[in-house]
Amino acid sequence: MTAATTTLTRVPTARSGWRGFGTLLRTETRLFLRDGTAVFFALVFPTVLLVGVGLAIPGMREPITGAGAPWDGLTAIATYVPIVLAAAVATPALTTMPVTFATAREKGLLRRLSTTPMRPQGVVVAHLLINLGAIAVSAALALVVGQVVFGLAAPVSPLTVVLAFVLTVLSMLSLGMVVAAVAAKGSTASAIGNLVYFPMLFLSGMWTPGPIMPDVVRDIGQFSPLGAAAQAMSAGWFETEVPTLQLVVMAAWTAVLLPLAVRLFRWS
Amino acid sequence: MSTAPPPTGAATVASPARADASSVGTSPVVEVRNLRKTYPGPRGSDARKVAVEDVSLTVAPGEIFGILGPNGAGKTTTVECLAGLREADGGVIRVLGVDPQADPAAVRDAVGVQLQEAALHEKITVEEALRLFASFYEAPSDVEELLDLLDLAEHRRVAFGKLSGGQKQRLSIALALVGNPRVAVLDELTTGLDPAARRATWELVERVRDRGVTILLVTHFMEEAERLCDRLVIIDGGRVVAQGTPAELIDSVDTSRTVRLRVPPADHDLALHTLAGLADVEHVEVDGREIEVTGTRRVLLAVVLALAEQEVVPDDVRTVTRTLEDVFVAVTGRTYDHAADSAAPHEGGAR
Repeated sequence: MTAATTTLTRVPTARSGWRGFGTLLRTETRLFLRDGTAVFFALVFPTVLLVGVGLAIPGMREPITGAGAPWDGLTAIATYVPIVLAAAVATPALTTMPVTFATAREKGLLRRLSTTPMRPQGVVVAHLLINLGAIAVSAALALVVGQVVFGLAAPVSPLTVVLAFVLTVLSMLSLGMVVAAVAAKGSTASAIGNLVYFPMLFLSGMWTPGPIMPDVVRDIGQFSPLGAAAQAMSAGWFETEVPTLQLVVMAAWTAVLLPLAVRLFRWS
Repeated sequence: MSTAPPPTGAATVASPARADASSVGTSPVVEVRNLRKTYPGPRGSDARKVAVEDVSLTVAPGEIFGILGPNGAGKTTTVECLAGLREADGGVIRVLGVDPQADPAAVRDAVGVQLQEAALHEKITVEEALRLFASFYEAPSDVEELLDLLDLAEHRRVAFGKLSGGQKQRLSIALALVGNPRVAVLDELTTGLDPAARRATWELVERVRDRGVTILLVTHFMEEAERLCDRLVIIDGGRVVAQGTPAELIDSVDTSRTVRLRVPPADHDLALHTLAGLADVEHVEVDGREIEVTGTRRVLLAVVLALAEQEVVPDDVRTVTRTLEDVFVAVTGRTYDHAADSAAPHEGGAR
């Protein structure tokens, strides 16, 4: 066989690995939307959390006094927004996504796809896109509803907030992919995911937002991906200083976790 | 998926001759020569577990070719190698003239695979699954036609998780055919099905073959292989121990024949005495009222004539037909392990 004909047969072969990706993405999205619990947590939970905390806990809508800069003058619920955004990223990344991949592997679906022209990587890409979409919708919903119900403070430096949010998404999806890579079964992925998810939420300040976070939690939290996420978004929202350490921490977690996930990922 | 280089000895790769109908009649669809595959042994040991020692087979266009053997014999590993899912340690594999180890992508469009125990998302419907898989192929089959062919049309909106075992299996076959393949590999198609669903599935396999698809059927059910296969290999311990058509294999076993009969209780002892003395009889065994007589090819004739001479009229005479099971016993010296049949529907893929 000559080099020319080899090229001819290779080119369509390479492209055929993604034929039907549009159908795959549409089908996987429909299946994602059919799981009511997952949809609630991925899309609505951050908004419910923000509104619930703001309305149920007394004093959350009062301006903060005596906490010092940058907190004084802000409502307590406003300082909760970066934490809710961090949760909006962490929830699908650590709970639904790893279970989806581990279940697909456990059921032999990834192996089954390996026998078709579609590459099993297609499922991974489809679900990354679905989760990105879910994160965008759930963060936007929380912001819009939060604005309507409470009237939130505008970010001091929107660019920092956006950069911090993007790094949050990257580091959390990488962490979720490591869980998806090591868990052999859906139930294992769920267990590991939750084991990582709740300490992450704690370090992000879910239960000790803004000024009431103890210094020791803040000091430890800034080195965890979700703690750094909440602190970086908070800094961008309420301060002028660029949260360099937190941004670097998130970039570093991504740089370590993403290659690790790719290395550890098993297709069967 | 392995991206390692192809095994040495693999010749140059040609693209599958999908359009080239002239070559179909002559050249084999699947050719396996001296396939060998080992897996890493237990952790910490250097010994590798041999799954396939030495398997060779040739599948001609349009036939239903069986790979029969007990669980753990190496059947699934063999088909996984030829589907490009696993990399062989040695030997040569050609599917439609292509080496799936070197160019798995070239084989995927032309080979439909039904994997043992591959499940789908619980909530995907029959029609969604078929349309999804159809979208992956260059020239897919008509989904409506497949729904009809596999009696799935009325279940098109049913979620995978709500299908019965037989319906799941039919969907799995449909998914293997949706790419309009030249070859379909069906692995342990009827494991876990009740006898009625099993017979219905066999009928479907024949319908599929009538459409011109060459079928490679992996099974541990002797009856299934005997009923469906045009030709087959029997694999045991990673080696081919017998091959041929079911009839050839059965005829090759031995020349003895067995007859079971019942006579009126009053004539029982007389019958036993008479039969034991016959030249064509090698062995007489009593099982309650039944007498089992084994002997030469002429044993049936000899038994009936001898009893007639003694005025003994049997209540019932049956010849015991030999099956592929007897072939297995003859070539391996072991009985075919029925316990493993029912106890192992959940075995893993690595065998």
